[in-house]
Amino acid sequence: MTLQGVLDAIAAVCMVTGALLSLAAGVALLRFPDLLSRMHAAAKPQVLGLLLVLTGCAIRIATVVDVTTMVLIAFFQLATAPVAAHMVGRAAYRDGQTRTDLLITDELAPQMDRFSERPAERNGRASVDPPA
Amino acid sequence: MSPLTKRERIRSRITAVIGLVLVWNLLWGEFTWMNTISGAVIAVAILLVFPLPPVKFGGRLRPLHVIGFFARFFYDLVVASFQVAFLAFRPGEPKSAIVAVELRVKSDLNMTLVAEAVSLVPGSLIAEADQQTGTLYIHMLGVRDAEHLERLRAEVLHVEARLIRAIGSDEELRRVNAPREEPAT
Repeated sequence: MTLQGVLDAIAAVCMVTGALLSLAAGVALLRFPDLLSRMHAAAKPQVLGLLLVLTGCAIRIATVVDVTTMVLIAFFQLATAPVAAHMVGRAAYRDGQTRTDLLITDELAPQMDRFSERPAERNGRASVDPPA
Repeated sequence: MSPLTKRERIRSRITAVIGLVLVWNLLWGEFTWMNTISGAVIAVAILLVFPLPPVKFGGRLRPLHVIGFFARFFYDLVVASFQVAFLAFRPGEPKSAIVAVELRVKSDLNMTLVAEAVSLVPGSLIAEADQQTGTLYIHMLGVRDAEHLERLRAEVLHVEARLIRAIGSDEELRRVNAPREEPAT
């Protein structure tokens, strides 16, 4: 087999695996019972699926201009997907959208009052009260 | 947290400019002087209009451990992806749990990076973060029983330890390596 053939095979495997993982992420989004579980699907198989598809593309296209763009896409995907999942999950939890019957334990619930009020103090600024 | 000295603030800003110039070059697709100069102008403009919060970086890079961290991270990402994919096609609803994990190094940078890494490794997602106590509240998916839960909890601390070994300062490294006292219940 020629080198080009080997590269094509690797690219094909990457792309198909990536596509299947994205499919699995889609199925998981539909099937998982509550929002927090679904965010797992949005954060993990989807990210790896995208990385694999990008790797496949990079092997096939292999021009500097396109590969640098793909590197950027991969980097920002890795950096932002967890943040997005966290923000959505956090809002959902505060809004009581969690299926508590599926939780084995919940160590956040007793702490929740710490997060609801005192927004200024969490920034470490309002330790001094204005004079009454 | 102590405020940054002037020198640290300048260093933090220079790092930001270098990062933005790099992104600009990558967006254009090639490294040229033209791209670098125009990127630098735009980076300075961006930092003037949207000043970034200063990040305190007191550690030093240990290249071998950085490679180790990323190798383990990508391995974990693959495991996590196939685990979630497997759960997606399995009948029944997966059980989960929310646990509190108190990090040993409470800097903003460490908390952010651990949270990012933990979100992409098997079974965990950040539900809430407490900056003051350095505690991450982590939603774990596919938890089987209490013993499994403790393993996952330990895994988060391992992620933190690997990260600190890669980029932490000596003092932080000592704190991570110190034997962990059992919490009194």
